[in-house]
Amino acid sequence: MSERTETIRNILSKHGKLNGSADTIGEDKSLYSAGLTSHASVNVMLALEDEFDIEFPERMLTRSTFETVANLKSALDNLLGEEMSV
Amino acid sequence: MPLATEISPTGRDLLGAATRIGEEIAAPHADDVDANARFPHESIQAMRDAGLLGAFVPARFGGGGCSITDLSLICTELGKHCGSSAMIFAMHQIQVACIVDTGQGLPYFDDLLAEIARAGRLIASATTEAGIGGNVRSSICAVEYDGEKISLRKQASVISYGAYVDDILVTARRDPDAAASDQVIVHVQRPNLTLDNQIDEWDTLGMRGTCSVGFELYATGTIEQILPRPYAEVSASTMLPVTHITWASLWLGIAEHAVRKARAVVRAAARKQPGTLPPSARHLATVVGQLDRFRALVAACVRDYELARVDPAIGASMAFTIQMNNLKLLASTDVFAIVHASMEICGLSAYRNGTDFSLGRQMRDAKSASLMVHNDRILDHNASLLCILKD
Repeated sequence: MSERTETIRNILSKHGKLNGSADTIGEDKSLYSAGLTSHASVNVMLALEDEFDIEFPERMLTRSTFETVANLKSALDNLLGEEMSV
Repeated sequence: MPLATEISPTGRDLLGAATRIGEEIAAPHADDVDANARFPHESIQAMRDAGLLGAFVPARFGGGGCSITDLSLICTELGKHCGSSAMIFAMHQIQVACIVDTGQGLPYFDDLLAEIARAGRLIASATTEAGIGGNVRSSICAVEYDGEKISLRKQASVISYGAYVDDILVTARRDPDAAASDQVIVHVQRPNLTLDNQIDEWDTLGMRGTCSVGFELYATGTIEQILPRPYAEVSASTMLPVTHITWASLWLGIAEHAVRKARAVVRAAARKQPGTLPPSARHLATVVGQLDRFRALVAACVRDYELARVDPAIGASMAFTIQMNNLKLLASTDVFAIVHASMEICGLSAYRNGTDFSLGRQMRDAKSASLMVHNDRILDHNASLLCILKD
């Protein structure tokens, strides 16, 4: 797992209030189906912004950005540049 | 397609019908509806007969094909005459809009839309549930499956005018294993729908004709009765904007009515002493300005939602959600302030019941605006979105 994906999962564990474990949920599995609420998604975004010292621009503040771990990873890659391979 | 920012020809006809129904039916019965907290049968039947209940159903299904602009104007018109009738009309249109926007194209929902247009079926909503603490974005109840068949049992704490309808849109978890926030909307209908064990009485200060009591809802059906998109999406793109626009529009109607009374009182006072400005005239000038601002707010939000309906990217943005929430926050406080100011201008004749200037019912109806979906909850939602939304 890439570092970014691991960080995303840690933040989801802490703020996502998912029904199951954020460590094992499939990268393409719907986080909304797993119990992510719009309120929790705000907290996930705040924690990601703090962790990576970034701001998600408005175009990324959509429901689809938070749909999956993969989408969150792709949004971060978009903002930070591709991650160096680990 | 041109943007629907002006009333359509059908909208104009239906607005005319709303004026007639408002003046001839809703207004004369409004005090009785209010006094007895009873369903406004007369005005709803008249709306059905005039095709108003099918106003938002697209013309190809036999409906009025109205725009949001048209609906807004009709809500304002009805609001002038009977707040409860207008609120029932608005709540019904919210349900129709959800079906039009998300069910259209599927045989089951196409048939339903044609039925709404043909028979004027009135549709209620069951989103609240005992035990969820007022947060309609989470459910305890779930859709249960047996092959293609479904069943659903919900402790619905409020179903406005539920006892008077055959059709209800119900929110529930997608399936018994789904998360509380993973909700769908199901259309259920009699005879495969029962409402038992009414919870509480609807003995309220205002909006007494909406008969918003709770029931234990039980329904059966088939999987085709489930709207295809998640409730969270339907809520953001349709339910929330249409709710806040239709509610704000009918509240505007209540405010228009109150100011009309205040203007009549000031004119009468001015006629008695030409050359002397009645003391109430200055207050009237202020309240007419408030009313103008209220009207402009509603019109601007209607226009922006019409834009969002042709460009879904606008509708999906947080900025748009905040704007629609602000409409509710501002309109709900404006309506009460304007009715209150109008009562101050009219004096005791507005405070007394049964006069030509009575505004008691309007004031009590207007008080519901900040409480139905409490403004604090909406303000907190905006506050939380503003923690992440950029300029």
